[in-house]
Amino acid sequence: MLQNKSFVKRTRGGKITKVVREHYLRHDIYCGAPICKVCDTSQARLSPTPSTILIFDTNVVLNQIDLLENPAIDDVVVLSIVLEEVKNRNLSVYNRVRALCSNSLRKFFVFSNEHHKDTYVTEMSGESKNDRNDRAIRVAAQWYQTHLAGSARILLITNDKENKRKAIEEGISAETVESYVRSLSRPDLLDLLVQPASEDVNMEEVEDLRPSKRKIIYTEHKPMSEITSGLHRGIYHQGKLRVNRYNPFEAYVGSESIGDEIIIYGRTNMNRAFDGDIVAVELLPQDQWHEEKSLALADEEDEEEDVHLVPGSADDAPRTTAQPPGSAGVTEPISSRPSGRVVGIIKRNWHSYCGSLEPMAMPAGSGGVAHALFASKDRRIPKIRIHTRQLENLLDKRIVVAVDSWDRLSRYPSGHYVRTIGQIGDRDTETEVVLIENDINTRPFSSQVLACLPPLPWSVSSEDLANSIRQDLRQLRVFSVDPPGCKDIDDALHCTSLPNGNYEVGVHIADVTNFVHSDTPLDDEASQRGTSVYLVERRIDMLPKPLTEDVCSLRADVERLAFSVIWEMTPEAEIISTMYTKSVIKSCAALSYIEAQARMDDSRLMDPLTTDLRNMNALAKIMRERRIQRGALTLASAEVKFQIDTETHDPLDIGMYQIREANQMVEEFMLAANVSVAEKILKHFPLCSLLRRHPTPTREMLEPLLRTAAAVGLNLDVSSSKALADSLDSAVADDPYFNKLIRILATRCMTQAVYFSSGDLSPPEYLHYGLAAPLYTHFTSPIRRYADVIVHRLLAASLGIQKLPTIFQDGTRLTSIADNLNYRHRNAQMASRASVELHTLIFFRKRPTDTEARIVRIRSNGFFVFVPKYGIEGPVYLTPRGDKGGGEWFVDEQQQKIRKMDGSMSYSVLQTVFIHLEIVEPQPNRPKLQLTLV
Amino acid sequence: MEYVSPEGLRLDGRRPMEMRQIRAEIGVVAKADGSALFEMGNTKVIAAVYGPREVQNRSQQLNDSALVRCEYTMANFSTGDRMRKPKGDRRSTEISLVIRQTMEACIMTHLMPRSQIDIFVQVLQADGGTRSACINAASLALADAGIPMRDLVTSCSAGYLNSTPLLDLNYIEDSAGGADVTLGILPKLDKVTLLQMDAKLSVETFENVMQLAIEGCKAVATYIREVLLENTKQLEYRRGI
Repeated sequence: MLQNKSFVKRTRGGKITKVVREHYLRHDIYCGAPICKVCDTSQARLSPTPSTILIFDTNVVLNQIDLLENPAIDDVVVLSIVLEEVKNRNLSVYNRVRALCSNSLRKFFVFSNEHHKDTYVTEMSGESKNDRNDRAIRVAAQWYQTHLAGSARILLITNDKENKRKAIEEGISAETVESYVRSLSRPDLLDLLVQPASEDVNMEEVEDLRPSKRKIIYTEHKPMSEITSGLHRGIYHQGKLRVNRYNPFEAYVGSESIGDEIIIYGRTNMNRAFDGDIVAVELLPQDQWHEEKSLALADEEDEEEDVHLVPGSADDAPRTTAQPPGSAGVTEPISSRPSGRVVGIIKRNWHSYCGSLEPMAMPAGSGGVAHALFASKDRRIPKIRIHTRQLENLLDKRIVVAVDSWDRLSRYPSGHYVRTIGQIGDRDTETEVVLIENDINTRPFSSQVLACLPPLPWSVSSEDLANSIRQDLRQLRVFSVDPPGCKDIDDALHCTSLPNGNYEVGVHIADVTNFVHSDTPLDDEASQRGTSVYLVERRIDMLPKPLTEDVCSLRADVERLAFSVIWEMTPEAEIISTMYTKSVIKSCAALSYIEAQARMDDSRLMDPLTTDLRNMNALAKIMRERRIQRGALTLASAEVKFQIDTETHDPLDIGMYQIREANQMVEEFMLAANVSVAEKILKHFPLCSLLRRHPTPTREMLEPLLRTAAAVGLNLDVSSSKALADSLDSAVADDPYFNKLIRILATRCMTQAVYFSSGDLSPPEYLHYGLAAPLYTHFTSPIRRYADVIVHRLLAASLGIQKLPTIFQDGTRLTSIADNLNYRHRNAQMASRASVELHTLIFFRKRPTDTEARIVRIRSNGFFVFVPKYGIEGPVYLTPRGDKGGGEWFVDEQQQKIRKMDGSMSYSVLQTVFIHLEIVEPQPNRPKLQLTLV
Repeated sequence: MEYVSPEGLRLDGRRPMEMRQIRAEIGVVAKADGSALFEMGNTKVIAAVYGPREVQNRSQQLNDSALVRCEYTMANFSTGDRMRKPKGDRRSTEISLVIRQTMEACIMTHLMPRSQIDIFVQVLQADGGTRSACINAASLALADAGIPMRDLVTSCSAGYLNSTPLLDLNYIEDSAGGADVTLGILPKLDKVTLLQMDAKLSVETFENVMQLAIEGCKAVATYIREVLLENTKQLEYRRGI
C-alpha cells in the first residue's frame, strides 16, 4: 500500500520548500510475541508467556532511560515512531535504546508501527505533530491489544495526562511511570525515576524554607530563535564550554567567530552550563574583563586544590590565564582576553557522573525521601541534588548519578540515582570509578568476539611457512627487550653484521592483523576500545587475552608471525635500504631492560647476543644524536613506579621510573621503524594514511615556562624546536636536578600528539614537533594500540600483500576512527594517572613522610610544589585557608616570588623546600593528601 | 545517517531488495508514433518516439543505418524548487547521450538506412532514478512505435549504503553520497548495454550490487512485457480480430 507523506521544510538557505516522500505500508511486519499464531515468530524477541507487554511513549523513554536499562523492566515493545522522536531529540538516549533493543538478554522488540498497514495514522487537519504521534502510539497499543487478543496484557506507560485519558477512553490500559514502578514494589527502582516537573514544585518548597534561597539565581536562557539570530548578527558566539579542570569556576569557550577563547568566570556567568555543552556566549563589556577576574580569584580560593600527579602535557596541566608580564600590582592593564557570559545552551552534554553524596545528617523519619547533594569525582561538574529513599545505604558509597534538569531558581542541578559502585576508599571501587569516569570498557569480550580467535593452542602452521608473502627469518638471532614481567611483547629486534661492514638491523612487530581481520566483531571491538589501559595493578586489554599474551606475543623460544622492517645500515647508522616483509621469527631471548643493560655493561660477556646488543646500542646512540641535532626535544616526565604487594595489592614503595640506555636503545629503533613505515604508507596512500602529528606549541602556551625561566635568569629561545632543544641543553646550574626540572616544565607546556588521517591536513601540518620528524605514525605496538593495527593494514596493502579494507575509502569514517583513537588514548592516559594518584593516596595513608620539593608556581596565598621523588604536585598554603592573604604575604609577579611584608622570608620559583606529606580527612570518607612546610 | 534501520526497513518502508511501485502506460501522446509514461514511485517520465522518418539534416544522414537522436529534458516543475534550468546543460546532455547509446544498441538500425528516429524523454516528476525510468519509458515507446529491436532494454539502479546493497534508490538515498550503480540490460539476450557508477566500491560489493541491479532490471522487463502484451490485446480487441 502506498502513501505519500508530504510536509513543508525549511532548507539551510532559508527557503521554504515542500517535500514529498513515498511511504510504503506493509503486511509483513510482525508483532514479536512468540505466542502469536498469525505472525512469523522467527524474529520474536518478547518472552514466550509475557504477563504484561509494556509500550512507552517518547517522553518516558527520553527521561527514564536509566529505568529502562534496569533488568526489572522487560517485555517492552518499542515503537518506531518513539524511536524516531527520541532520535531527533537526544541521540545518546537513542543509542542507549538501540543498544537495549539489540541486547539478546533483554526482551525489547522494535515494532515498525509507522510502516504497518494497520497502525499507520495520517495527520488529521488541525492536529499537531505531537498529537498525531501520541495517537499513533495509542493506535499501535490498541492494535497489539486486539492482535494478541487477551493472551497478554498491554500496558501503555505515559506521563502525559491527556494521552493517558484518551488511551483509557479508547480502552487501552495506561499508567504513569510512577504508578507502574510502585506496582512492582521495588523501592530501589523508585530512585531511578526522574522526578517529573510537577513534583519539582515540592522540591522548591523544601529549599524555599530558607529565605535566603528564595530568589532567582541564574538569568533565564534566551530562546533558541533569539540565539540563532544573535549568532547571525554576531552578538553571540557559539562554542563548546570547557571547564578548567583545576578551577571549576573558570571555563573557556573556543569560539570560531572570535578566533580566540572566551573566558567565563564564575557559576553565574556560566549560567547552568556543564562542561562539554555547546553554548551561546555574549561578550562582557571590555571594562568588566578585569573586574571579573579578581572576582574569580576570590571564588577560586574557596575551592580546594588537591594534590595531584605532575601533568604530562599541556592538556592535563592547570590552565593559567596568561598574564602580560609586569601586570602585578594595582595598575594592572585591562586583560587582553575577552570574557563573557553564557546566554543560552544549544546542546547539552549531560550524562551520568561518578561521585559520592555530601555528608549530611540522617532525616528524622527513616524510609522517607531524603534530599541529598551529590559531589562528582570530576571537579568540573557542579554538585547535583538528588532524591533518595536509601540515604543510609548511599552515604558511604560511590554512586552514579544522572542529571535531569537545572532550573534557574536552584543553585544546583537536580538528578537521580542510577547505581552504586561500592564503598568509598576501597581500592576496587575507586578503580572502578576511574574506569567509568574515563569511559573505559571493562566488560569481558563477547562470545562473537571470542569466536574470531584462532583455535587454541595455536602454533605456526606449515601453510604459514609455505606462504610466499612470509619470509622465514627463524634462523636470525632475534630478541626482545621489555619492562620486567611484560607479557604482551609486541616488538623484537635483531642486528647482524654484514660482510661489507654494514649492519642488518631488523624490527619485528607482532603480526596482529593476521588474526584480527577487518570487519569482524573482534576488529570492531578493538577499534572501539582503541588502546589497552594500564592501571597500577591491572591491565584492560584491547584484544582478548589469548591473543595478547600468547598467539601474538613474541615470546622467547617459540615461532611467531611478525611484520618486519629490515634496514641495511652503515656503522654510522645511515640507512642504505629498507625492506618491509611479513615473516616468521623465533625469538631467542626475552630480556628485560635491566638484563639487557647488565649484559651491555658486563665487559666479560662476549657472547653473540651481547655483541648484537652493543652494536645496536652504538647505532642507537648515533641515531639519537642525529635526531637531537635535527631538533628533537628530550623532554622529561616524572613517571613513578610502584612496588605492589603481591597479596594485598597495596603499594609498598614508590620511586621514579628509571630510564636506562637499554630503554633508549629500543625506543630509538621503534622511532626509526615508525618513521620508515610512515614514509612508506604515505607514499602509497597519500589520502588515507593514519599518521601521528604533534602540533608546534604556540608562544602563548609556552608563556608559563618562559616566565618561570625568566624569573631564575634563564633565557629560553622557543623560535623552533631546535632552538628550544639547544637552550634546554644549555640550561644547567650547579644544581643537578635543575635541568630535568626545566624539561618537566617544558613538557607540560606542549599539547599531546594526535592521530589524524593524511587526507584531512596538508603535508606541512604532518610535522611531529617533539620528535622533529616531518612524518610519524605508530606501527610498533599493534597488540595494545588500534592505530598500529590500522597502520599494519596500510603497510600490508602498500606491499600488495592484502587488499585495503573498504573503510579507507571513506574519509569521514577514517576521521572518526582517528578521533575515537585520540579520545581513547587520552582517556587511557587519564585513567593511568588517576590510578597512580589513587595508589599514592593509599601509599601515604600509613606513611606520613618528610621530603624535598621544588616550588613550581607562586600563588597569592602560597605556592605549588613538585615532589620529584613521588612525582606529585600540590599546593602549600602560607596563610590559613579562608584568610585572604591578609596582606602579610606579597607576590612579586615579575620575579615569581612570594615575600613576607616585613621582608623576613621569601620563596621564589624553583627553590627547594622541605615539606611534610600526610593524609588528612577533613570530612569523613574524604581522605586527601596535605602538604605542609616543615 | 541510518538509511536502513536494524529492523531492515528503509526510510520509505521498503526492504533493501525491493523496488518502488512501478506503473506504465502506452500511447499517451497521440501525435507521436509511439509513446509511453513510466513511473517508479514518485519518479514519473514521459517518452515519445517519432520515426523512422526522413532525415531532417541531410548532412547527418547515414547510408547504412538509421540515425537515432535523443533529447532528455526535465520539466521545470519536476523538482520542488522552481528553478529555471537552461536547456542543454551538461547533465541533460550527458543523459541524452547515455539514453541514445543505450537505445542504439538494441534498435536494429541496419534495417532502416537513411532514416531518422527521434526519442524525446521528459521528466515530469523527479525522485531519484530518472535515468533508469527514462530508459524504460523510451524502450516502451520504441516498442509502441513498432521499431524493430533486438530485445527490450530495461534499466534499474542499485546502491550501497550502511553496508547494505539497496535496489532502486530514491532521491534521499541517491543523495546520500554512497555508490549508485545504474544498469541497463537486454534481458532476453542477457547483455549489458549500460553500466554507470559514481563513487567507489570494492569489487566484491560491486558484484553484489550489480547482481541486485540485474534482478531489478529483469523484474522491470517482466512488467514491461506484461504491459505490452496487455496493450496488444487491447489493439486486437479494438480491431475486432
